[in-house]
Amino acid sequence: MNIIQQLEKEQRAKIEEKRTFPEFSPGDTVRVQVRVTEGKRTRLQAYEGVCIARSGAGLSENFTVRKISYGEGVERVFPMYSPLVEAVEIVRRGKVRRAKLYYMRNLRGKKARITENTGVRAKRLNDLERQAMLDQKAALEAEKVAAAEALAAEKAAADAAAAEAEANAAAENKDA
Amino acid sequence: MRSGIIAQKLGMTRIYTDEGINTPVTVLRVENCQVVAQRTADKNGYTAVQLGVGFAKPKNVSKAMRGHFAKASVEPKRRLAEFRVSEDNLLDVGAEIVASHFVAGQKVDCTGTTQGKGFAGVMKRHNFGGGRATHGNSLSHRSHGSTGMCQDPGKVFKGKKMAGHMGATRVTTQNLEIVSTDEDRGLILVKGAVPGSKGAWILIKDAVKGDLPDNVPMPAAIRGSAAPAAEGAE
Repeated sequence: MNIIQQLEKEQRAKIEEKRTFPEFSPGDTVRVQVRVTEGKRTRLQAYEGVCIARSGAGLSENFTVRKISYGEGVERVFPMYSPLVEAVEIVRRGKVRRAKLYYMRNLRGKKARITENTGVRAKRLNDLERQAMLDQKAALEAEKVAAAEALAAEKAAADAAAAEAEANAAAENKDA
Repeated sequence: MRSGIIAQKLGMTRIYTDEGINTPVTVLRVENCQVVAQRTADKNGYTAVQLGVGFAKPKNVSKAMRGHFAKASVEPKRRLAEFRVSEDNLLDVGAEIVASHFVAGQKVDCTGTTQGKGFAGVMKRHNFGGGRATHGNSLSHRSHGSTGMCQDPGKVFKGKKMAGHMGATRVTTQNLEIVSTDEDRGLILVKGAVPGSKGAWILIKDAVKGDLPDNVPMPAAIRGSAAPAAEGAE
């Protein structure tokens, strides 16, 4: 592996450590969570539409999401490995026969529909995604519980210490 | 004035910062960059260091050059270059300069030989506008227009921009920012493009314009004694 590939691999690993996207392909309806900075405040902005293309490879891969906003077609290209793209959720898996759905640009209304993919592969991917989400939720829950327990334990320890100190003080008072 | 470095261009990639800013970078590698000779004011009339970089097969090195390398007791090098330095920054023969010679955020000038474009027309070579596509244009879509006046000068002035050989010239790109350095792998990441093709030799020097940051190693980042050199600068 040459050094450029190695550097790109490291970059990808660094970003994938923070977040990974579920598997998706052109035709899928996706909701992209983008980090937006307004002044000092940062927040997540959702952009939902149909993924009509994936282009590039490796670190410089992009995907294009098209939606109709107030009757006007809007396309936005997101880099796969930009830290600004925080998450991608799959709303619906579509069944298409092209890798690039640029014909969608000429279609309006009813004609611009994409039938839902009910294939085995799509189902499996959906299941995997659901499982991953559940796992994540469980992990978060476990973390919360652990944190709460730790807090409780700390509190108990503090209470015990306080009680002991009080008892000692009382004993001293008695002695006096 | 510090010494520069000879590096090999490996190619380009991109770096994302945590804020999400994408930076295009050129990856340059410094491999086995040693001082081969010194030029001193007494002997040569100017002070400089001659650096060599890379590994050359001894069988492909001429006898004269083998002698030159033997005198410095270094392995034969692929590429040699001189860098003017001030007298207090003169380096010992045999010292190896490493990639941490430059610090992140510093500005540098990169010199290389641009990719040759061959015989190029005026549109490509001098950004001329060319002729019209239609309206009766005949064989003059990409040609230059007039080259001068009439009988009065009766000649085409010297330096007139015309078609000709383009590229394969020595070019310096100034004020490129160092994004990061990797001493273990000998990598220097420079923001933006650097003249030359992949595998080309690039001379990197501190930028002539603007001030040098305070934390650069003086007189150079030498392998083995990098830490004391850096302390000396502070």
